[in-house]
Amino acid sequence: MAKGDMIATREAYGKALVSLAEEYKDLVVLDADLSGSTKTAAFAEKYPERFFEMGIAEQDMLGTAAGLAAAGKKPFASTFAIFASGRAWEQVRNSIAYAQFNVKIAATHAGVTVGEDGASHQAIEDIALMRVIPGMTVVIPADAVETEQAVKALLEYDGPAYLRLGRSKVPVVMDDDYQFQLGKAATMREGDAVTIIACGIMVDAALTAAEELAGEGISARVLNMSTIKPLDEEAVLKAAKETRAIVTCEEHSIIGGLGSAVAECVVKSYPVPMRFVGVKDRFGQSGSPAELVKEYGLTAGDIVRAVKEVLAAK
Amino acid sequence: MEVDEKTIAVLEEKAWHLREKIIRMIGAAGSGHPGGSLSAVEIVTALYFHLMNHDPKNPDWPERDRFVLCKGHAAPVLYAALAEAGYFDPSELDGLRKFGSILQGHPDRKKTPGVEVSTGSLGQGLSIANGIALAGKLDGSDWRVFALLGDGEIQEGQVWEAAMTAAHRSLDNLVAYVDNNNLQIDGDIRNVKGLDNIPARWEAFGWHVQEIDGHDLAAIIEATEKALATKGKPSVIVCRTVKGKGVSFMENQAGWHGKAPNKEQVAEALKQLAQRRDG
Repeated sequence: MAKGDMIATREAYGKALVSLAEEYKDLVVLDADLSGSTKTAAFAEKYPERFFEMGIAEQDMLGTAAGLAAAGKKPFASTFAIFASGRAWEQVRNSIAYAQFNVKIAATHAGVTVGEDGASHQAIEDIALMRVIPGMTVVIPADAVETEQAVKALLEYDGPAYLRLGRSKVPVVMDDDYQFQLGKAATMREGDAVTIIACGIMVDAALTAAEELAGEGISARVLNMSTIKPLDEEAVLKAAKETRAIVTCEEHSIIGGLGSAVAECVVKSYPVPMRFVGVKDRFGQSGSPAELVKEYGLTAGDIVRAVKEVLAAK
Repeated sequence: MEVDEKTIAVLEEKAWHLREKIIRMIGAAGSGHPGGSLSAVEIVTALYFHLMNHDPKNPDWPERDRFVLCKGHAAPVLYAALAEAGYFDPSELDGLRKFGSILQGHPDRKKTPGVEVSTGSLGQGLSIANGIALAGKLDGSDWRVFALLGDGEIQEGQVWEAAMTAAHRSLDNLVAYVDNNNLQIDGDIRNVKGLDNIPARWEAFGWHVQEIDGHDLAAIIEATEKALATKGKPSVIVCRTVKGKGVSFMENQAGWHGKAPNKEQVAEALKQLAQRRDG
């Protein structure tokens, strides 16, 4: 994979499962009738005895994953984000997280870039829903390179976690030598006037925005906050102290997600002006991903505007 | 295999111990669920003191049989059995539902030795039991999984998702029990949601089904042995029980689903239990 290659994070997830299967014999995978879409199908084909097709029954799937973990397996359970985080929320809370079972929920088709399927299938609340559960780790890779590494890191990590993945192809933004660390933000670009903290597909948009801002003489730092929980508070506070303004960017409601997590951190320790780029308390709709990111204010241009606003408030 | 009278006599003695413990601990807690704990006493007694391979001194023994209390509100019957078996000191029972206790209002696997999974939210346990059974199959293990559901609980849709999974995956290392006491909080299960023909429902989902008197220890043991000998499909044993069994003023009373007896009622209940035991 080279920088700029267009690969969906779900594709990278599917490949990572297969590539890790020999090394991690306890890795098992579950899916709820979406293995072609979540990309677990390749694992299913190669390791049929370690793959559990659960049918259209997400609550049962996550409960079953809890049981597999109870008996020492390392399950990855996949479905669309709306079903994993929404329909099966209470199973995730009670069967998995409360019991501290080592279940990895790999949820694809998050955010509005699901596209044509429309609002019913566009999870814009899942970060909030998962983040609020005690002990739940939440990871949102920015690209295929980070996804592959995050899958391995989560296999190594013993505890419940939510991995948020996308449907659409997104550019590789990480260098070959990038090393994902659970719970650590990655500085994608240095800057001292403002910090743009982004996750998922918004990291690419944030980098584009930072480049545009540089042309106008505004030095923007870009952090990839791929672990939303536990949040890298050190990186957030360093950004607050050194740049004194923060813009958060997420393909998610501005209520309860990355922006809220960053604000909770900043407000208690080092308050600075903030702006939130994300979906503004609305449901999604059908359309192409490009049309939808524009409609919902998730473009590099939207980030540039938010940066200028926050600088004016500094 | 016929169970001998001596074994049954020993188990009956255990069952009365469990009932006493249930009454005492809920009385001391001032809240809890006596009705559905008392109805499940014989099922839990047969499992923990006859059917299951387990080691109270080594709760994580890899070869142990696993028990999932899907109807988690009946925690007192599980706690009584675990204490009686020696998983923890029986004095812990006085701490039921109290701050800092190892005995939470509903089972918490992180706090209580011997509790396999955390339950309490109805409808979720059978899926977890399936997952454990699937792992056992994957590893070629000999241990078995036992799950105890409430009859009201099977109104939860997830139970039937799990029922499909167990049948589809031919989980013959799993035995489920339905504590069919016919009462839920708001009344008779048949009035609340038309829940009749429970055996037929499981049969339709591809399970091996038996229906027995859930207070008959020999019947529970024989049915379980038959279930374990049934290959290629999961087994369910629908146990006809009496809610509040053993305490006259609690029997068949929905009102005793989630209410603690007061001091006088505890004394009266213990007196009745002693009389029934000796008589």
